[in-house]
Amino acid sequence: MQGNGNAAPLLEIRGLKTQFATDDGMVRAVDGVDLAIGRGETVGVVGESGCGKTVTAMSVLKLIAMPPGRIVEGRILWRGRDLVPLPADAMDEVRAKEIAMVFQEPMTSLNPVYTVGEQIAEVVRRHEGLSRQAALEKAVHMLRLVQVSNPERRAHDYPHQFSGGMRQRVMIAMALSCDPKLLIADEPTTALDVTIQAQILELLTEMKSRFGMAIMLITHAMGVVAETAQRVVVMYAGKVIEEAPVERLFANPRHPYTQGLIRSIPQIDKAAIAKTRLEAIPGVVPSLINPPPGCRFAPRCRYAMAICREAVPPLREVEPGHKVACVL
Amino acid sequence: MDAKAPATAEPLLRVEGLTKNFVIGGGLFSRAPDVVHAVDNVSFTIGHAETLGLVGESGSGKSTTGRCVLRLIEPTSGKILFQNIDVVRLNSGALRSLRRDIQIIFQDPFASLNPRMTVGSIIGEALTIHDLARTRREFSERVVELLETVGLQADHMRRYPHEFSGGQRQRIGIARALAVEPKLIICDEPVSALDVSIQAQVINLLEDLQQKFGLAYLFIAHDLSVVEHISRRVAVMYLGRIVEIASARDLYASPRHPYTEALLSAVPVTDPGKRRQRIVLQGEVPSPMNPPTGCHFHTRCPIRKLPLCSEVVPELKQTSSGHMVACHLRS
Repeated sequence: MQGNGNAAPLLEIRGLKTQFATDDGMVRAVDGVDLAIGRGETVGVVGESGCGKTVTAMSVLKLIAMPPGRIVEGRILWRGRDLVPLPADAMDEVRAKEIAMVFQEPMTSLNPVYTVGEQIAEVVRRHEGLSRQAALEKAVHMLRLVQVSNPERRAHDYPHQFSGGMRQRVMIAMALSCDPKLLIADEPTTALDVTIQAQILELLTEMKSRFGMAIMLITHAMGVVAETAQRVVVMYAGKVIEEAPVERLFANPRHPYTQGLIRSIPQIDKAAIAKTRLEAIPGVVPSLINPPPGCRFAPRCRYAMAICREAVPPLREVEPGHKVACVL
Repeated sequence: MDAKAPATAEPLLRVEGLTKNFVIGGGLFSRAPDVVHAVDNVSFTIGHAETLGLVGESGSGKSTTGRCVLRLIEPTSGKILFQNIDVVRLNSGALRSLRRDIQIIFQDPFASLNPRMTVGSIIGEALTIHDLARTRREFSERVVELLETVGLQADHMRRYPHEFSGGQRQRIGIARALAVEPKLIICDEPVSALDVSIQAQVINLLEDLQQKFGLAYLFIAHDLSVVEHISRRVAVMYLGRIVEIASARDLYASPRHPYTEALLSAVPVTDPGKRRQRIVLQGEVPSPMNPPTGCHFHTRCPIRKLPLCSEVVPELKQTSSGHMVACHLRS
């Protein structure tokens, strides 16, 4: 799944560095990330809290608060055009119409004093210039698409009248209302119960086959990625450390961190047969203010050698489509 | 690895018909108050040094059940027998000594530690309350011992909670619970706020401590794979009721209740080659303020038979497979 053969990728991030100024020093939240997403492709971005996956996504949409944040280096090529130097009004055009985003917490990302119909309609009016009436009709149509029952009536309800799963459906309806080419979903199911999570993942897959957009799925849950993504990018402490097609990544993880991440998850099927001790990764994620020199994972890595602590290993291709940043 | 509690010995904890209703609203001028049926006639046992997992989605009543056992929430009715003493009838003095035997670890390691207290005084507070350390020296020796037991260091005792990461804070919470040498620890979502690599560290620690001190756990979580890993037996709750109890192995290998089945099939598996057939439940969990009649699950059940399921409350009964199941159609 390398995009569409010869076609240029939809989104190509090259050497992105995003930093935040804090009282304690400069936090290198994203530190040289390369990432590409092809047309209609679903790419999972996984990693633990603080690895820079959300900041990468926010940088693409330029939703980083500046200051304290700043994109220090790198290019974000959207269909060949660099978004980094783009002025605010041009960026507004890109948001929603071309790239839309769904956030983790559907309660805080909806405005509590407007009905959900008004909120979806506002997006449509702003970006597609529809009349108030036509926009509201479009909102109802979108709510129906995401399987909100009785959408004509529900459009007049306020966010607090919806459950968590329903709110996430509303967010997805809003994100898709202007027919974007890329949907960034940042932990879209993390706040939801498993049965509702299954419904939302199903909905995303269905919407994808209907609208044909690409999806950048950010999550910490390896299981969610395994079930929905075609390609997976693993991040650790602000860097991409491995990238591979989903089957390859789970069958043959090459980076010790990815291996640890996969093994530290209790597995229902396997555990039932033989109860084994979980393989925990010792230690904690390093500080991004003074990251360790060399490989960021070296202090927790059981295979670490002297060379790992000296130079940052580059991301190199070990087989077609499978890239690893590890000297081993 | 027995589905039933050991038949020979009396279980450590026996909960019978536990019910908790919360009354909300009902002020001077408002209409009749609403009643939330948070826990509805729940019974289970936990043996010595055993782990019982309690799973369910938000609002299923699992945390309320855990808190009732410690009487952090007063149960509406039912019996909670800890070593044959009914916890519900204890006066406040006796309750305090009970809490030497039953401790709790909370989900949020940020909210459950007092930010103004040093780690040493957080862990040691219970030693003072229960008079377990006679001298200052004994006190600090015990705190150091506890810190080392949970994988922290002696010099951490003079630091404050904000200086620690989530996983370390959870270790502090565990050390605090261990201070009084309890027999049973209620673990209320102890790893759900942690990253997976840290989650595994804490699960392993809990397993080690169980081995070392012979602890029993009531392990409450929404993450089925974590519960499966740590528990000997698992109880599944839906809308305030237990719908199935079985040994972890049997429950996951052959779930009997249709809700358990759906819940298990909803868990994403980390094997992309094996995207399994999901049973996607329609709709959402109904409100516990106005739960469905009969079997609470009948509104979403793929195999329901009306009117039986909507009229008669199914009892939790032993089945031939060794599971306890509350279902008219699967017993």
